[in-house]
Amino acid sequence: MTGRQMITDVQNTWCPGCGNFSIQHTLKNVLADMEKDGQSLDNVVLVSGIGCHAKIADYLNINSFYSLHGRTIPVATGIKLANPGLTVICCSGDGDCYAEGLDHLLFAAKRNIDITVIVHNNRVYGLTTGQYTPTSPRGFKGKSTPAGTRENPFNPIELMLAGGATYVARGYSKKMDLLKTLVREGINHKGFACIDVLQICATFFPAADYYSSRVYDMTEHDRSDFTAACAKAREWDYNGDAPIALGTFYQKSSPAFEEKMAVRNKSAVEREQAVRDLLKTRT
Amino acid sequence: MNEVSVLVGGKAGDGINSAGAMAAQLLNHLGYRIYLYFDYPSLIRGGHNFAIVRGRETATGTCGMKVDFILALDQETVERHKDAMKTNTAVIFNTDVVKAPGQGIPVREILAAEQAPVIMGNSAVIGGFAKAAGISWKTVEDVFSSHIPKGTDQNLRVARRAYDMLKTVHPIPPCDNPPIPLLTGNEAVGLGMVKGGLEAYVSYPMTPSSSLLHFLAEVQEDLGITVVHPENEIAVILMALGFATAGKRAAVGTSGGGFCLMTEGLSLAGMAELPIVILMSQRTGPSTGLPTYTGQADLLFVQHAGQGEFPRLIVAPGSTEEALYWSEAAMHIAWEFQIPAFILSDKTLSEGTYSTDLSRIPVIPHGNPVVWDKTTPYRRYADMPSGISPLAFPGTGGAVVKVNSYAHDESGITTEEADLVAQMTRKRLRKEEGLRQAMDRYPQVTVFGNPSALVSLLCWGSTAGVCQEVAGPLGLRVVRPVVLSPFPIESLKKALEGAGMVIAVEENATAQLATLAGQHGITCQKKILRYDGRPFTPELLREKIREVLS
Repeated sequence: MTGRQMITDVQNTWCPGCGNFSIQHTLKNVLADMEKDGQSLDNVVLVSGIGCHAKIADYLNINSFYSLHGRTIPVATGIKLANPGLTVICCSGDGDCYAEGLDHLLFAAKRNIDITVIVHNNRVYGLTTGQYTPTSPRGFKGKSTPAGTRENPFNPIELMLAGGATYVARGYSKKMDLLKTLVREGINHKGFACIDVLQICATFFPAADYYSSRVYDMTEHDRSDFTAACAKAREWDYNGDAPIALGTFYQKSSPAFEEKMAVRNKSAVEREQAVRDLLKTRT
Repeated sequence: MNEVSVLVGGKAGDGINSAGAMAAQLLNHLGYRIYLYFDYPSLIRGGHNFAIVRGRETATGTCGMKVDFILALDQETVERHKDAMKTNTAVIFNTDVVKAPGQGIPVREILAAEQAPVIMGNSAVIGGFAKAAGISWKTVEDVFSSHIPKGTDQNLRVARRAYDMLKTVHPIPPCDNPPIPLLTGNEAVGLGMVKGGLEAYVSYPMTPSSSLLHFLAEVQEDLGITVVHPENEIAVILMALGFATAGKRAAVGTSGGGFCLMTEGLSLAGMAELPIVILMSQRTGPSTGLPTYTGQADLLFVQHAGQGEFPRLIVAPGSTEEALYWSEAAMHIAWEFQIPAFILSDKTLSEGTYSTDLSRIPVIPHGNPVVWDKTTPYRRYADMPSGISPLAFPGTGGAVVKVNSYAHDESGITTEEADLVAQMTRKRLRKEEGLRQAMDRYPQVTVFGNPSALVSLLCWGSTAGVCQEVAGPLGLRVVRPVVLSPFPIESLKKALEGAGMVIAVEENATAQLATLAGQHGITCQKKILRYDGRPFTPELLREKIREVLS
C-alpha cells in the first residue's frame, strides 16, 4: 500500500498543546520519508502501551498493537523475532516503560533487539489524571503524593546506558527538527534504540518554560565514547537545575538479538522426520 | 498379569533419575509398559531422591507402594523405604556406602578395575540389577548401546563386572510386546505442539514445566523452532502474543505462580483474539507450595483466570499419548478460533515417564485458520457469523492490521460506544458456540472399565492411570473428561448415564471437577481427595473406594 493517508479518521482526544501532537507529527513525517525512499509501510508495526501516548495507535494508519500498560516491549520483541523483516517501533509512556515495564526495557537493551522505543516522557501520569511517575522531580505534588514525592527520579539515559542499549538519545517535543533526526536515526539503527522525549503535558506538567530555557543541542559530543556518554547523561539528573543536553548520547554497532536467535526453518517433512528420529532415541 | 516395580534411591546428585531411566529401558526391552515416577525435594545436592519404575504388561500411569527391587545408592534408601519391601524384595546396593541384607556391589573397586570415572558407578548398579532380575546380557548391551551413546563400551565393561558378581534372585518374565518410546509428559506435550506447527516456545523456568523448556531448547535446531527464555512470565506471554501477531505459532509453559503473572496477558489474548497455547503444569499450592510435588488444585483458577469474559480451550491429558494428541489439537484449535488453549498438566504427568504407544493416537479432526482473502478492505475484527475474523499479519500488502487490548471496533480502533462494545462482545462469545460444535468431533470424555456399572469414578488428568488400574478389577466405571472448557456437559451426562453413585477422585482438597460438574447438574455422591503433594497409589485408592462403598 503506497501513498496512504497517514492519519486515521478517529477523533483526536489529546489536550490542546499536548506534546503528543509533536511526536505523532514527527513519526508521521519520518514514515512518509521512509515511504518516499521506497520502503513499504506495510512492513512497519507500531506497538503502544496504555496512557495518553498510546492513543497514537488509533491515530496513525499503520499496523499497530495497542498493548497493555508497561507491555509494549515484550510484544515488540516477539513480533521482531517472529519476522525480522518488519520495522518495529514502540511508543511508550514514562509510567508505562520506566515504572510498570521497566524490566522489559532493561532486558530489551541487554538483548539489543532491533526495535525503536520512543518514550513520551511527560513525567506525569496524564490519563489517570496526575500522579507522579519515575521521572517526576523530587517533591512533585501529584494526586497520590499531595505533600510532594519523597523519592528521587530515575535518570533514564543513565539506565539505558547501564542496560547496554546501543542507541540512546534525548529529544524534546518543542524541538521537532532534532526529534525527527533522532527518530529516523533510531529506526535506522540496527539494534536497540531508546529515545527519551521530554514532552509537555499541557494539563498536569506544563514544563515548557523550564525545558526551553535549559535545553541545548550536543554538537561537540562523541557518541561512540561510552564514558563521555555517561558523563553527559549525568549532567542533568531529571531533578536539579542544570543544562539539559539533547541529541544522541551513545551509539554503537553490535549484532542484534534477532540475528543471533535466527533458526533455520524446517519443512513439515523435515520436522516429521526429526520427530521420528527423536522417538527412536527414546525406545 | 506380569508386573514389576523397581525403586532406585540415593542422594540428589547421584543420578537417580537417569539410573531409573536405564532400569525403565531394560523393562521396556523386556516388553513391559512403563511408568516412572521421580520423587525429589527442591534442592540441588543432598536430600533423598528416588525413582520408582513400574512395568506392567498393559499400559500404566501409576506406581504402587510395594516394590520388587530396591537399588540403594545410599543408606537412607534402605531405611526410608522399608514399607515398600515385600517378603521377597531384592535389595541391591553399593557396598561403599550401604550396609543391608541383599546383594552388594563394590562400585569403587569395579570403577578402579576399569579405570572408569565416578559417573559410571550407576552402570555397575544397573548391571547388577539386570543379573538379579535375570535379564539377558544381550538386552543390557542393546539398552546401553541405544541410551548411553558416549563411552558405551566402558560403561558396559563396568556393568558386566557387577553382572558377573550377582546371582539371579528374582527373574522378571518377558512380555509379548515390542519396545516402544518412553516419553515424559512434557516431552509429549512438546512433540504434540511441534506436530501442531509450533514455531516458537517462550518460557521462564518453573517446576514442573521447566523440563519442556529444556527439552525444546535442546532440540530447537533439529525442529526449526525458536526458544526464548525472557525476564519473567509477564514478558513470556506478551512475547508469545507478539509471535502470534506476526503469524507464528507460539506456546508458553509455566506452573501456578508463573501463570498468576500471565493472567493479564491471557486476558489480552482473549480481547485481542490472539491464538496461544499454554502448558499449565500444576504443583502443590497455594503460593510456592511444594515446588517438586503434584496437585490438581488449579482447575478452577485456569477456568476463570483473566478479567472479562472470553472463550478458552482447556484440555487435561491423562497419558503421553493423550498429551501428544491434545497438544497438537490445542495448537490447531487455538488458531482456528483465535483463542487461548490450555494443556492442563501436573507434576505426575509432566515429569513422569510413560510408554507411549503411537499406534493408539487417533487422527485429529481439526479445522484450519480463516485467512484474509484480500477481496474486501482488511478489518482485523470483522464481525463474521462465526465470530471468527479472517487473519492477516503485518507485512501483508494492502492490510493495516490493528490489534487492540481496548474494546474496539471491527477495524481494531478503540471504542467506548455502547452498542459496538456489546456487539463485539457477542462476536467474541459466538466463537465459543462454534468451538463447542467443533469439540463434538473430538473424544472429549473417556469411559473406561464397565460402562454400565452403577458406580463410577469421576476423575481428570493424570489420575487416569491409577483410576483405571483400580476400577477395572472392581468392576467400576471410570469417566474422565479430557476437555474441561468448554465443559462437555452432554458427553459427560451420557458417559455417566445409569451411574447411581459418582465418586470424584481428585488431587485437591475441595473437589474442583466435582464443583464444576455440580454447576452443570451432575452430583458426585462421594469424594476421594488427596492433597499432600503425592499422587494416588493403587493401594490407597482401592482402600478409599472400599471405605466409601461400605
